[in-house]
Amino acid sequence: MSVGRRTPLWRRALLHTLLGVLAVVTLVPFLWLILASLKNKEDFSRSMFLPPGDAPGTIGWDRLTLENYHNLFDLGFGGAFLNSVFYSSTTAVLATLICAAAGYALAKFRFRGRNGVTLGVLALIVLPPTLLIAPGYELLYHLGLLDTVPGLILPFLAPAFGVFLFRQAVTQSVPDQLLEAARMDGCSEVEIFFAIALPLIRPMVGAFLLITFLGMWNNFISPQIVLQSSDKQPLSVAIAQLRGLYRSDYGLMMAGTVVSIAPVAVLFLMLQKQFISGLTTGAVKG
Amino acid sequence: MAAGIAKSRVPQRAAWIFLAPFALIVLVFVLYPLVQSTVLAFQQTYGPGTKTFVGTANFTSMMTDPVFWTAVRNTVVYTLGSLFIQLPLALLLAMALNSPKLRGRGVYRLIFFSPQLMGLVFVSILAGLMFEKRAGLINQTLQTLLGWAWTPPGLGSWLDLPWLESHVMATLILISLWMYVGFNMIYFLAALQSVDDTLLEAAEIDGAGPIGRFRHVILPAIRPVGSFVVMLSMIGSLQLFELPYVLLDGSGGPGNQGLTVVMYLYQSGFEVGDLGYASAIGWVLAIMLIGLALLQLWIVRRDEA
Repeated sequence: MSVGRRTPLWRRALLHTLLGVLAVVTLVPFLWLILASLKNKEDFSRSMFLPPGDAPGTIGWDRLTLENYHNLFDLGFGGAFLNSVFYSSTTAVLATLICAAAGYALAKFRFRGRNGVTLGVLALIVLPPTLLIAPGYELLYHLGLLDTVPGLILPFLAPAFGVFLFRQAVTQSVPDQLLEAARMDGCSEVEIFFAIALPLIRPMVGAFLLITFLGMWNNFISPQIVLQSSDKQPLSVAIAQLRGLYRSDYGLMMAGTVVSIAPVAVLFLMLQKQFISGLTTGAVKG
Repeated sequence: MAAGIAKSRVPQRAAWIFLAPFALIVLVFVLYPLVQSTVLAFQQTYGPGTKTFVGTANFTSMMTDPVFWTAVRNTVVYTLGSLFIQLPLALLLAMALNSPKLRGRGVYRLIFFSPQLMGLVFVSILAGLMFEKRAGLINQTLQTLLGWAWTPPGLGSWLDLPWLESHVMATLILISLWMYVGFNMIYFLAALQSVDDTLLEAAEIDGAGPIGRFRHVILPAIRPVGSFVVMLSMIGSLQLFELPYVLLDGSGGPGNQGLTVVMYLYQSGFEVGDLGYASAIGWVLAIMLIGLALLQLWIVRRDEA
C-alpha cells in the first residue's frame, strides 16, 4: 500500500511506471491541444504532434505558426476574453464579500433567528441549481434584466456553501477577545469586519475568490440563456458558437481553447495550494 | 466565561447589516424563483410572457414522454459510469500516491488534478476534436498501437471508429474520467490522512493481506469522506449538461443517445419555449437529488449509530 524504505526496488519501479503512464495520458491532450493550435490545416492532417520538416525524419519547427491566433482575434475573440475577465472577477469579489459578511454574522453574533438562518443556509446548499433555470429566466425577463450584466451576475452573488465555509473559517480563526478589544477602542462594526476579521481568514478568502472566479469563468448555461448580444458573450459561449460556425477549422478551435484556459492555468500554477485547500475544505471539515 | 459577559455589549442588530446583502439576493434570486418553479410546473408557457394553467398535465405527459425516459436512462448510465469506474480508480490512485516518501508525489498530484480546472465547455471543444473519426488523436493512437494486430469487425481501420455517432455514452464517460479522477483523488488523499498507520501495521502483523487491510482498516477510516465524494459525484453527474450539449452541437446526438435530463429541460424551456414543462422536469430531478441526499444522510447516520 504505502511505499517506504522497506518497499523493494521493483515495486517502486512498477509504481512509478504506472503513475508515469497515467500522467502522460493526462497531459497528452494538453500537448496535442497546444500543438494543434500552432499548426496550419495541412500540417494538422499530416502530423499527430509536431509537423515534419523538409528532410525526412526531421521536425519542422519553423512550420509552427501563430496564424490561428491572429484569425481568432480578428473574429472578435479578444472582446469575449475581456468579458470573461470582467464577469469572473466581479462575481468573485462581490460573492466573496457577501458570503464572508454573512458567515461572519452567523459565527460571531447572537441574534434572534440565527439558528433559523443557519438551517436555511444549510438547506440552500442542497438545493439543485438546475431547478432554478426556468423560473430564474422568467424572473430576469420580468425584471428587464435579460441581456444585461447584472442579470448574469446577480444570481451568483450569494452561494450558500460560501456562507457555510466562511462561518467555519471565522469560528476557527477569529477570537472573540480581539473583536471585543476593537469595540472598546471604538471601532465601528464594519471597520472591525474589514480590518480584523477578514485579514484573519485570508486563506479562506483566497480560496473562495478562486472558486467563484473559476465558477463564473467556466459557466456556460447562464450566459447562454441570459445574454443575447454577441458583444456581451464570455469565452465559454463564444467558443461554442465558434464551433458551430468553423467546426472544421481545427487550428482555430484549438487556439480558442488555449486562450480560454490559459488564464486559469496560470492562476493554478501560481496558487496551487489555495486551489486544492479551497476545494477540499468542505469535505474534510464540513 | 469572560467572552459571555462581553457579548452582552455587542450590538446584535449589526448582525443584520452583514446578513442583508446575502439575504436580499437569496430572497430575490433563489427563494422567489423556487416558489415560482412550483407554480410554473403546473403551467404551460409560450416563452416567458404567456402562460396557461394545465394542472398536473406536465407531470402526466412526462411519464409517457419517450424522450424524457431516454434522457433519464442516459443520465443514469452516465452516473453509474462515474460512480463505479471513476471513484474506484480515484481511490486506487490516492492510495498509490499516499506515501510521503514517494518521489514526485506533489508533481503527480498536480498533474492528475489539472484537467479539472478546464471548464466543461472547453473540455467539450477539445474532446470534440480528439474523438473525431479521422483527425482525432484517440483514433490515431488506437490505429498506431493496435492497428497492426487487430481491427474491430465492420471497420476499415481504427480511424473509422465512430465515437460521436454510435458510442456517445462511452465517449462521455471517458471524458469525465479524464476530467474528474484527479479531482476525486484529492478528496480520497485527504481522507487517507485519517487512516491509523499503527492499526495498519498491527493488521499486517496479524496476517491480514492487502485486501483484508483495505476492508477492515482503510475503508472504515475513509468512509465519511467517501460518502461525501459519492454524493458530490452523483449530484454532479445527474445534472450533466454542458459536456454533451457542446459536444453534440446542442442536439441529443444521433437517436438522442447523448440526451441528458438537464439537456431536455433546456430544450423544453428555451428551444420549445415551455418554461412550465422545463420546471416540471426540474422538480422531478430535484426530488430525485434530494431523495438521494436524504438516503445518503440516513446511511451515514445508521453507520455512526
